[in-house]
Amino acid sequence: MQNSFEDIMEKLDNHELWDFPGGVFPAERKTLSNQTPIGKLAIPARLYVTVKQHIGVEGQIIVDVGQKVLKGQALTKSMNPFAVPIHAPTSGEIAAIHKHVSAHPSGFPELTIEISSDQEDRWTKLFPLIDYQHQPKMQVLTTICDAGISGMGGAGFPTHIKSAPKKDIDFLIINGIECEPYITSDDRLMREHAWQIRQGIDILCHLLKPKHVLIGIEHNKPEAIEALQVACRENTNYRVCIIPTKYPAGGEKQLIQVLTNREVPAQGLPVDVGVIMHNVGTCFAIADAIFSGKPLIERVVTVTGEAIKTPGNMWALIGTPVSDLLAHCNYKQTGQNRPNIIMGGPMMGFSVTSDLVPVIKTTNCILAPTDNEIAGNNEQPCIRCSACADVCPASLLPQQLFWHSKAKELDKAQDYNLFDCIECGACAYVCPSEIPLVHYYRIAKSEIRVEQEDKQKSDKARDRFEKREARLIAEQQARDEKHRLAAQARKQAMASNGNTAKDKIAAALARAKAKKQNASIVNEKPIDPTEVPLADKSVQEVKTDESNTSTKAASSNQRVQAAITRAKAKKAAAEVTVTQTELKNKTNASQIIENKREIKHQGNDVKFASKQPSEANMKDQADVNHSLHTADVSPQPQKQVITDSKQLKINAAVAKAKAKHEAQKNASRQDVPNPAPAANVNSPQINISVEQAKTQEQQIDMKKRKITAAVAKAKAKKAAEKEKTSKVDKSS
Amino acid sequence: MSLSFAILTALLAIGLLALFFGVVLGFAAVKFKVESDPLVEQIDQILPQTQCGQCGYPGCKPYAEAIANGDEINKCPPGGDITIKKLADLMGVEPKSLDAAHGQEDIKKIAYIREDECIGCTKCIQACPVDAILGAAKQMHTVIVDECTGCDLCVDPCPVDCIDMLPVAKGTSSWRWDIDAIPIKQIG
Repeated sequence: MQNSFEDIMEKLDNHELWDFPGGVFPAERKTLSNQTPIGKLAIPARLYVTVKQHIGVEGQIIVDVGQKVLKGQALTKSMNPFAVPIHAPTSGEIAAIHKHVSAHPSGFPELTIEISSDQEDRWTKLFPLIDYQHQPKMQVLTTICDAGISGMGGAGFPTHIKSAPKKDIDFLIINGIECEPYITSDDRLMREHAWQIRQGIDILCHLLKPKHVLIGIEHNKPEAIEALQVACRENTNYRVCIIPTKYPAGGEKQLIQVLTNREVPAQGLPVDVGVIMHNVGTCFAIADAIFSGKPLIERVVTVTGEAIKTPGNMWALIGTPVSDLLAHCNYKQTGQNRPNIIMGGPMMGFSVTSDLVPVIKTTNCILAPTDNEIAGNNEQPCIRCSACADVCPASLLPQQLFWHSKAKELDKAQDYNLFDCIECGACAYVCPSEIPLVHYYRIAKSEIRVEQEDKQKSDKARDRFEKREARLIAEQQARDEKHRLAAQARKQAMASNGNTAKDKIAAALARAKAKKQNASIVNEKPIDPTEVPLADKSVQEVKTDESNTSTKAASSNQRVQAAITRAKAKKAAAEVTVTQTELKNKTNASQIIENKREIKHQGNDVKFASKQPSEANMKDQADVNHSLHTADVSPQPQKQVITDSKQLKINAAVAKAKAKHEAQKNASRQDVPNPAPAANVNSPQINISVEQAKTQEQQIDMKKRKITAAVAKAKAKKAAEKEKTSKVDKSS
Repeated sequence: MSLSFAILTALLAIGLLALFFGVVLGFAAVKFKVESDPLVEQIDQILPQTQCGQCGYPGCKPYAEAIANGDEINKCPPGGDITIKKLADLMGVEPKSLDAAHGQEDIKKIAYIREDECIGCTKCIQACPVDAILGAAKQMHTVIVDECTGCDLCVDPCPVDCIDMLPVAKGTSSWRWDIDAIPIKQIG
């Protein structure tokens, strides 16, 4: 249960205070540096302004190398609320923007703007906000932020964020304790600029509206106490509290405890107990920013230690390298085995890695101690004396933390509230074994932080990995589904059109077969002797027959052969025609009737038949047809042969009848010209017709009949043979 | 008579009880079924999630499952000794040294694509287990530094060898204090 405001005020009225547990009383050694007024350092030739000088995020650099800048000109800007800008400490030129050794225990290079000063120190145009009381709070906060003000006590928390709390504030505590040995920068500032500090407090009061303002000053700074008491005389609401000197009374949590007996919860902030604390240096900077518009570009730095000839406090521009300060204060490396410059106090500071380390907004002291002042590092085993636990201001168990930190049992160290350690160094100070306890804690803390960061990163990686896996699986599924659907559609199409496809295949096969057959027929043709003597028309007719039986693919060779045949036939026909015209003249009506009857028998080519001049030709034509037929209907050659022979017999009979008739008619005429020579050359058919013409009476009739029958028989045989061979061809 | 009755009653009672508990247990087994092995989750929390596959499993989760099923705990080079120690604590076994067959513990690295050499083949994008590479076909690719786990899997697929594994730059934020005390001593 925290103390009420009234209880606290009552106690403060009685000049009573509370206390914090533990604490140590190291040699103060403040008189080394607090005897002289704050000096002014000459403008260094080079300034190294680190881009990030506070807790939070750095801004974006808005200047370029080679650009001329004026004193107070902003070098960075940012929209991020946790970023405060940095400013050019003096006028000059941007010499470089690069990584430069940083004011950090590690000394790792950090992004730095290097300015070469022109020694003219010309200010940029400043925008003060003198009537801040009539301005909206936001405007005042913006001005503070734009002036680049962050906490100047230690951590460097952006002031404008601290000055805009969401809760009601009981106490605004101004920290002027400065409990660490050697350091006197706040002391001198309070002595010399108490008035301006009070102005800063006024501005903070305007922003925070606290019920009361407590200014805590250790009682070893009587001049500062007096100065501030004078400055705050008119403000009844401000109270200067004299705090007993004890290290670390200047710690935020410890000072709150001393003044209000309120304890800031672990992982909490002072605002949780109704308190806001600001350093006196910050108050001074706020007043500067509001009343003169000056950004935070310089601060008081104590340069002290026994290795410094003329120790004292200096107004140092932000970015001044440590070497300039040391040179100004006559640093001599006497009494030091090796150069040892500490930034900060002896309890909480760190050794700088280079004398080019720049002064930053939180740098309050440069300490150059002799080896006498600083004990050597001869760590011995812990003897469990528990002196550390007695002095711990946070009531921790330092030796337990030490054990676990050293053994890297980080979770156990955390169980002992490692993160409540304020790293004041009181435990290390009292340790009889000279164990650098705080450094073990710092290592453990940074390891835990790194681990947490890794954990966060690994969680993110796991999340991303799992999401990626899920995405890949989903994509695969989508692809599979698509393929499945496509396959289904294809199957369906196959099922619905399957029969036709089969039909198509069958049709194609049939076509191929037919083609082959036709080819064989065409091959047979030229060999067929019956074709040759045919008249031109008959040849053409044969041709049409061919085309009817679908010989589209008749080869050019076949065509040539056909053409040759045609030409031969024409020649033969010319001769035959002569004979036949004579014969025709002698034919009578009965012959024509006979012819017509034959046509009926043939039943095929009426025109062709009617134009045939002789029975023999007619018969031959029939033969040709037969051969075609037999070729066409190859599947039943046996049957065909039978039908063939039948037809042949009929033909033979017809021919016999005709010959008889003709013989009777031509019996008296013996003077028929003999076309035999030509006909003989051409074909047997012609021969037959010539013989016909030559035949005489019955003998001839008989003879002719025999010959025709023989010819017909031979033809039938030949056809049958061909049929067989073609069949063999096909089957092979 | 009374004895056999008593025996029967006892048998019946025990039988009924057995039946009852059987039903209850059967119901509970279905109703309160644990979806996944919580041990696997715990192991997975410890593993570094680089998803590098150096353990021989396709990711940290599969290795976590394998450990839960009795596989060795010393197959994770990115996790190193710290991870092995934690796993040993969790599994109640003795910590072992890292199995060299799966690689050595190395400093933390992240991939860096030499962008003017990148031909935009997207092979590294497909290889990255955490989607930390940005780019498109025939466009330059680049690594999202904050997301890269340094698993090394993108290096091999690159046809033009334009991916380097660079050590993570040490900054003041990731710096670990080393023992460099500034002890003071009382004088005077």
